[in-house]
Amino acid sequence: MAEFIFTNSYLLLILPLLSFVIIVLWLAGKYQNPAELDKTLRCQNQINDSEETQKRADDFAKGPKIAGLAAILLATLNALYGLGLATAYYQHVLAQPEHYPNRTLVCFDLAWLNFSPGLTANMGIYLDPISVMMIVVITMISLLVNIYSIGYMKDDPAFDRFFALMSLFTFSMLGLVVSSNILQMFVFWELVGVSSYTLIGFWYEKPSAVAASKKAFIVTRFADAFFLIGILLVSFQAKSFDFLTLNLPETAALLNQSIVLGSVPVNLLTLATLLIFAGGWGKSAMFPLHIWLPDAMEGPTPVSSIIHSATMVVAGVFLTARMFPLFSEAVGTLAVVQFIGSFTAIFAAIIAITQRDIKRILAFSTLSQLGYMLFSLGVAKISLHGEMGPGLNSLGYSAAMYHVFTHAFFKCMLFLGAGALIHAVHSNDLMAMGGLKRLMPKTYWSLLAACLAIGGIFPFSGFWSKDAILLAALQSGHYVTFGVGLVTGGLTAFYMFRLFFLAFHGEARSELHDVHEDPWMTFSIVALTIPTLGAGLFEHFFAGEMVASGLAYADHLSHPLWLPVIASLVGISGIGLAWGFYGHGRTEKADEWRQWFGPVYQLVQNKFYIDEIYLFITHRIIFQGIGAPVKWFDRNIVDGAMNLCGRILQLGGKMVRLAQNGQLQFYLGVTVLGLAALLFLAS
Amino acid sequence: MTLSHFIILSLMLCAIGVYGVLTRRNLIGILLSVEVILNGANLNFAAFAHFRAFDPTAGAVFPIFVMAVSACEMAVALAIVISMYRRKKRLDVYRLEELNG
Repeated sequence: MAEFIFTNSYLLLILPLLSFVIIVLWLAGKYQNPAELDKTLRCQNQINDSEETQKRADDFAKGPKIAGLAAILLATLNALYGLGLATAYYQHVLAQPEHYPNRTLVCFDLAWLNFSPGLTANMGIYLDPISVMMIVVITMISLLVNIYSIGYMKDDPAFDRFFALMSLFTFSMLGLVVSSNILQMFVFWELVGVSSYTLIGFWYEKPSAVAASKKAFIVTRFADAFFLIGILLVSFQAKSFDFLTLNLPETAALLNQSIVLGSVPVNLLTLATLLIFAGGWGKSAMFPLHIWLPDAMEGPTPVSSIIHSATMVVAGVFLTARMFPLFSEAVGTLAVVQFIGSFTAIFAAIIAITQRDIKRILAFSTLSQLGYMLFSLGVAKISLHGEMGPGLNSLGYSAAMYHVFTHAFFKCMLFLGAGALIHAVHSNDLMAMGGLKRLMPKTYWSLLAACLAIGGIFPFSGFWSKDAILLAALQSGHYVTFGVGLVTGGLTAFYMFRLFFLAFHGEARSELHDVHEDPWMTFSIVALTIPTLGAGLFEHFFAGEMVASGLAYADHLSHPLWLPVIASLVGISGIGLAWGFYGHGRTEKADEWRQWFGPVYQLVQNKFYIDEIYLFITHRIIFQGIGAPVKWFDRNIVDGAMNLCGRILQLGGKMVRLAQNGQLQFYLGVTVLGLAALLFLAS
Repeated sequence: MTLSHFIILSLMLCAIGVYGVLTRRNLIGILLSVEVILNGANLNFAAFAHFRAFDPTAGAVFPIFVMAVSACEMAVALAIVISMYRRKKRLDVYRLEELNG
């Protein structure tokens, strides 16, 4: 059985791709919204009887679900396959450490690019603890989000396109996490970028959605350019693209040399890892490249849920973890990772407190949690085979992966819940909600669990993973980072419960019509409470199995008791504060305090004017200061020189043309005169 | 009758021909003038053959060649002139200037 699963592991990628192809080729457009279809067909004079219209309307009433159901069917198969793969991996690889010393199994390997005898790139499926964990997360969340989308997108004319693109995204994301070499990862890395771009701009009639999709694509592409340079630097030195080779200590030793860049000496290892991390920097939307993520909320909510919170934005963390043995050798890079992570964690949490758009609050919360994961990686240090030596500390690594796992579920659920609220109220504005507890009880209780989880309250999943991250920061002696993490935990609890109370408690602040809980949507939300409640059970697994020698370090489970107590107290005080301000679903008390903060509040609410700074830099400095003069130079000097050559030749031609006037006798006269001149010269 | 008389006559014929070519407005007149130029040249050949060559027949060959070739040339030229006349209903070279640059 396990043999079968491993040899056919490519099915994991084929299934979602198949779903995409089937929907695009056969299902899409068959059951379009009749109103829309009528309009187009009438334009083409293809429809003339009302019977046909009626038939199409009937088709639509039962039809559009087919694309969604097909996607769900294949996603279910894929989820089962993912679980099977995880089980087989657990039983055959993790259980036999003597056969698999570095816990890695490349179970599918296809020669892809043969550059030269010494340099080839393969397409492979690389199973190790983190990729298997990601496979489970992606396939499960993809399945639940697909189920949810049937309810959420049911009135959308582009229902089929949505499911096709979601399948494409699942394919790309799975390809990314199972990549066996960095070139393959880059290909899938760009593919998730494209899927994200198309899904953010899904409602392309809205100019804001188009702008957001372009912003997301350009910002991440900007970072990916550095990533590509990093790939080239590392692979050139290591003469390989394979992660197994790149993560060897020999590669780090090869790279650990000084080169002179301009006139500044830099360490090649630090430079290369920083460049590679830059890719993750953009994808995981770390400050100052975070600007695209809040805008990406223009896409449909299920998209925000799976792409912009649970899976794709984690790709940056995943990339860092995938190459972590190499990163471990680069002390400077790790310091950057740690600093950027902790800074973004608290920065985004502060902004989230002041936002009114429910999805933007969650977007900033995602940024903050990604910051947690990255600073946790930044305080860790491991080697490929996981052997522990002096100064090596795997706890931060395991904790980061654990937080990826727990965060994916509870944040996915928070987004799905927010989607349900938006669906009910028809507005993203928190101030338009309120009093929804009575109308949406299932959503209320599920979201309560998710908010408690992200707030780090025992025994919900977030408590365990945050605890592990804080402990990692504390154990490795990074006290500032630890403090930032602790404070951010309190802020997180505060802004999440601000959202929660304002949405559900008190009285409705806008007129609500026909609020109900859609069964498809509610199913997914309720189903996600299971991992949100139960992910704590995996703590031992994550502590022990993420790296080979993790078990020896699992004694951190007997960590100082004061840490979880303090962390919980901070979380509870955040919730208490939120209760005090917003507990009755009213904002009067908070408004008083807002007056008191005045300009500071303004600054935070406008996201520290980072977007405006970007606009200033791009428009005023780059476009006007550099672009416009360069354009002038190009138009007038470069083009001008070329045009001058052309003009001169044209003028010469014009003058020569005068001689050819078509008068036969003029020609003859010239001929005679010429002859005479020749004779005169010859004599 | 010396060689000089013949040379002067042929020069006059040539000059008359060139004058005609340059001044006639009718295409047929230009062709006639070309014939006059050719005949001036022929006379020159014949005169030199008669007065200077060891074998007078050697020089007489050239006028015969020229006459044959110019007869062919005239046939072609007149065909062009006729078709041009049919097309344009005029043979005034000042008006026939479509081939300018």
